[in-house]
Amino acid sequence: MAIGWYLTVSALIFSIGAAGVLVRRNPLVILLCLELMLNGANLALVAFSRMWGGEDGQIFALIVMVVAAAEVTVGLGLVVAIYRLRMPIDVDQLSELQG
Amino acid sequence: MSAVLFFIAAIGALTGAIGVVILRDPFYCVLALAVHLVSLAALFLLLRAEFVAAAQVIVYAGAVMVLYVFVVAYVGGGESLTSGAVLRVLGPLFALALAIELCIAMLGAGLKGVSSKGAPYVLGFGTPAHLGRLFLTQYLLPFEIASILLLVAAVGAVVLARRRRGLEAEGERIDAFLLAARRPAYTGTMAEGAGIRPATQNVDYAIEAERVGSGAGDGTGSGSNQEGGW
Repeated sequence: MAIGWYLTVSALIFSIGAAGVLVRRNPLVILLCLELMLNGANLALVAFSRMWGGEDGQIFALIVMVVAAAEVTVGLGLVVAIYRLRMPIDVDQLSELQG
Repeated sequence: MSAVLFFIAAIGALTGAIGVVILRDPFYCVLALAVHLVSLAALFLLLRAEFVAAAQVIVYAGAVMVLYVFVVAYVGGGESLTSGAVLRVLGPLFALALAIELCIAMLGAGLKGVSSKGAPYVLGFGTPAHLGRLFLTQYLLPFEIASILLLVAAVGAVVLARRRRGLEAEGERIDAFLLAARRPAYTGTMAEGAGIRPATQNVDYAIEAERVGSGAGDGTGSGSNQEGGW
């Protein structure tokens, strides 16, 4: 398959993830949609790596995976802390940092 | 053959992604993301990124998904929350515009490689040996920074999710739980051993159970009522 097909799929995955981040309000699902966006970027990176014939894109994809794992760990820790404090799990009502 | 595999994997990845966004129950969202990740690993394999595909399955579909499932089970499904009317309309429109723009930008870039099948395959491309050599020579600094980032994230998660109550309150709750458990005296229960409940407590447990059973009203049996009371 031509590389353009992979790039199209990665663009679609990224856009679906962006729509999810905008539409959903549950922080767990927002984290899942962020994963979708990072995975779309990963697919583009690996596709470019294949296109160019170098492995640098795959290194970049692995680093992105590390960053995603760290982000998920901290995000889920925040969700558990919010749940312990008996606060609503809804990003629209968690607006204490909003000035 | 590779075209068939590509379309199967791409449809699986896109279906999983759409499922994450539109499914109501967060648990089903997590399962849809697992489908998406496995399909994406197949796409990585088609792009000859073997190590990235394996890491995807092990790290994402294994570890991160387990973390998500535990947190969803702990926090509970929660009510299905979707945003207000404005974002509900504007969000998908924005996503559609973004998808069209990205496709135009990447496919219309005029790069020769985009319409080709990629560079000629050299033996060992994407294997752990090649990636490991790159990680320990050319990309040593990002590698070390990534390890520090993981350490910081692990410590941060423990700090964020720890219990903030002291040990005293926790101990009192355990005492109350043990006192609430009705067991016959002189049977060597943990409560007697710890001195929480006096071993010479003189209560007729048959009468006590009768009282608890009749107190519920519908009389479904004392055992189930006690369990409900805890």
